[in-house]
Amino acid sequence: MELTVNGAGRSVAAGASVADLVRDIVPHPRGVAVAVNGEVVPRTGWPARALRDGDRVEVLTAAQGG
Amino acid sequence: MPFELGGETFTSRLILGTGGAANLHVLEQAIRASGTELVTLALRRVGTAPGSTGGLLELLDRCGVRLLPNTAGCHTATEATKVARLARDAFDTDWVKLEVIGDERTLLPDGVELLRAAEELVADGFTVLPYTSDDPVLARRLADVGCAAVMPAGSPIGSGLGIGNPHHIRLIRQGVDVPVILDAGIGTASDAALAMELGCDGVLLASAVTRAADPVAMATAMRYAVEAGRLAAQAGRIERRFHALASTPDEGRPEL
Repeated sequence: MELTVNGAGRSVAAGASVADLVRDIVPHPRGVAVAVNGEVVPRTGWPARALRDGDRVEVLTAAQGG
Repeated sequence: MPFELGGETFTSRLILGTGGAANLHVLEQAIRASGTELVTLALRRVGTAPGSTGGLLELLDRCGVRLLPNTAGCHTATEATKVARLARDAFDTDWVKLEVIGDERTLLPDGVELLRAAEELVADGFTVLPYTSDDPVLARRLADVGCAAVMPAGSPIGSGLGIGNPHHIRLIRQGVDVPVILDAGIGTASDAALAMELGCDGVLLASAVTRAADPVAMATAMRYAVEAGRLAAQAGRIERRFHALASTPDEGRPEL
């Protein structure tokens, strides 16, 4: 299925969860947060949250900032 | 005297932002030189903004500082509260430097959205440190809804213009019972010292250090400036006079 991840198109296997996607993107999920379609998905909910075709996913992490 | 903020005790009254540093090596040296115990950071898409390619959290761990995530770049209460909740999930802290920007050129806050976001986040258990304008009434409203501090801008973020309206900063200090932290606009050490002399409880700055020609030297200067300003504020300065008052006594002056 096709997702938009951090603003770019990305294909993932059908049935993938948020946890699967995060594992593909960052080696260590410490300091990572995820929103799907503009809503926060808490870390504890990643494994159970199935992704759907067309989902907009933001995978965020620590960056320098004032 | 230790500095109480959000139920925690700090020795340093300088809060350092990590934005603008040329690289993580310089940033680490600057953090250490500043003596800070509380450091801001942002939340951005993985692998895009500076620091987001990894290593920033490890660096902050090594320095032993507490994290203060910000909501930089948010323009509405809805957006800012979501970023605060994402940051809480990412960094395991309910502290947030709440920023809701209302104007692109000056990056001054949108007071209406800021107050709304602050109220919602306080109700959700956050320790809210709002970046606000130097409006004493808005600062009081933010304190009234339960913010752990108020953080008025001296002048626009990154401008280095110092404290544009010292009178308002003093009024803010007199008008709230929570700590007042001068946030934004600091250009050099004397600005930070002035903030403390005006009665502020702390200073938050980033660009003044990270974009200085020598960030580590400026971090050291800021550490001493905040301490010096605090000491001077407590020491009780002399009154300003229109004419001179000789410091050497007239008595015993020889007739020559």
